[in-house]
Amino acid sequence: MTTVRPPLDPSEEKRSAKQREARLLQIRRDAEAGARGAWAEPPMETALERTESQTGYYGLPVLKAPPWTWEIPIYFFVGGAAGAAAVIGSVAKWTDGDSELIRDARWIAAVGGMISPALLVSDLGYPRRFLNMLRVFKVQSPMSVGSWTLVVFSSSAAAAAFLSTVERHPGGLLRVFMNAADMIAALSGTLLATYTGVLIGATAVPVWHENISILPIHFAMSGLASATSILELRGHETPALNALGIAACAGETLIGAKIELDQRRVSEPLKKGTSGWLTRIGGVLSGPLPLALRLLAGNSKSERSVKLRKAAAMSSIAGSLITRAAWIAAGRVSAKDPRLELNRGRGIEIPDAETDHEKRIDN
Amino acid sequence: MSTTTAFLTDSTLCIGCKACEVACKEWNGISQDGFDWSGLSYDNTTGLGHSTWRHVKFIENATMPGLGGNAPETAAWAFSSDVCKHCGDAGCLEACPTGAIVRTEFGGVFIQPDVCNGCGYCVVTCPFGVVERNPDDGRAFKCTFCYDRQVAGLKPACATACPTESIKFGQLDELRLEAQERLAELQGRGMKDVAIYDPESVSGIHALFITRGDPERYNLPPQPEVPTVYLKKGWTSAAIGAGLLVAGVFAAFLRAQE
Repeated sequence: MTTVRPPLDPSEEKRSAKQREARLLQIRRDAEAGARGAWAEPPMETALERTESQTGYYGLPVLKAPPWTWEIPIYFFVGGAAGAAAVIGSVAKWTDGDSELIRDARWIAAVGGMISPALLVSDLGYPRRFLNMLRVFKVQSPMSVGSWTLVVFSSSAAAAAFLSTVERHPGGLLRVFMNAADMIAALSGTLLATYTGVLIGATAVPVWHENISILPIHFAMSGLASATSILELRGHETPALNALGIAACAGETLIGAKIELDQRRVSEPLKKGTSGWLTRIGGVLSGPLPLALRLLAGNSKSERSVKLRKAAAMSSIAGSLITRAAWIAAGRVSAKDPRLELNRGRGIEIPDAETDHEKRIDN
Repeated sequence: MSTTTAFLTDSTLCIGCKACEVACKEWNGISQDGFDWSGLSYDNTTGLGHSTWRHVKFIENATMPGLGGNAPETAAWAFSSDVCKHCGDAGCLEACPTGAIVRTEFGGVFIQPDVCNGCGYCVVTCPFGVVERNPDDGRAFKCTFCYDRQVAGLKPACATACPTESIKFGQLDELRLEAQERLAELQGRGMKDVAIYDPESVSGIHALFITRGDPERYNLPPQPEVPTVYLKKGWTSAAIGAGLLVAGVFAAFLRAQE
């Protein structure tokens, strides 16, 4: 059995002079011992013959991993919840819902609309130029569409929340303004809750773009579940919200099952390793667990039911947050794996990670 | 004046001297990126990035990696200087939300450093993993195609420094022809595995490569994609998601009203 050096991770921290010498010694020892790396292709009969394809270039990644920091998954969560809250507030108003609920929903949307830009600006590499996001509008860039959506959403959600607070029953022009702001916030809210799926889906990262058909729906469900849960935790115990919670959790359960049953090699980061476990934990917390709790609780007003629903709400919020972090983590893993990129369009079955390496070493 | 310029990097002529890497750093004033043994042949740079705009790859067909190319049992050793491909249809350019990434009058893809705000979206939309955010500076950087030199009528620094003319610089159409001629010549000499790397899936690239064997040996994806091809699917799904969201909320509140 031969030893294989792990492929070099470019993100590895720079070594000290002493560590570098040690590394050099190790490399030399490996070479002298005849340890063949996974990349070592035995030469063909002559150097001029057509050489066989190998798995890549020392297993180094083809793509760059997303440089985004912790702000981005949190923004996905906050933006999703705020967007869905604006929709809930608006629909509640049109269906003559409880005025407290409408106001709370508007405030969740407004506060989310204020936190989101702060998170995004803080993630920028050059934050003082954040206004450059509004320099152009590019329909082919989801990041540009998203920036403009966020601006429209934040201002309209803030206006709606502010107006509904200063004047409980506004009339005349103020009422027209408030309704317009409310409508705009709800419409841009639907976009805000879903565009983030397109944002990461329309990239070169395999696990993201191969799942682009479910990502926006997934994120919309996740946002709806968290908005509903935040409202419930604020004390709004209504059958409508409970029904919404059940629907969103059912949707998340379906998507979770779809991911779990996905046998494609490209979706491996969603099932294996740290990112896989994050995905799984996020999936259980936002899908089957709160769904079961809500079904157990029913619509009863008993103390036990209220507690169960509260637990479901907390589980949904945590699940949504973890799910967003999991997708970013999976993207990082996926970008570092060169095999998918190097095999695309070749009609070659993507080799299984371990068997392929082992074959090369043992032969 | 509107001309499309290009690189033709010929792996069969490269001697792995890394003069292009050095010339690029010198001219563009890029910071050093540390010194570390990778253990991967003589390639201690390991990839393109914010501080590496030319990168020489060392493709070993050795039985013992680490022994080096002059070991007797080493049958073939290929070198190739990698660079930003300046795609005909560039993922980074399409994705840039600030308009910092533009196509120059020479057909190259250029990041304007005075506009970029470091959002990092070009990093994940480049199908070749070329663009990277500089952690110290915050902005994204990649090969500029020596835009400043080209404006002044000069060849890019790497092509100027290359001692074997492995890196050729010229008009795109002419270099495409030259690549074909070179391919025929090499094949005539018995080098059956030479190939031109100019993927159609990104509408051709402005940095052509002549390689030995399949492109994946050089970490070049055989079929790179401009991520905008996924937009249609994505927005369709977003519309479905938004529809479900609104319909669900309406249904829940209308039912509760009854």
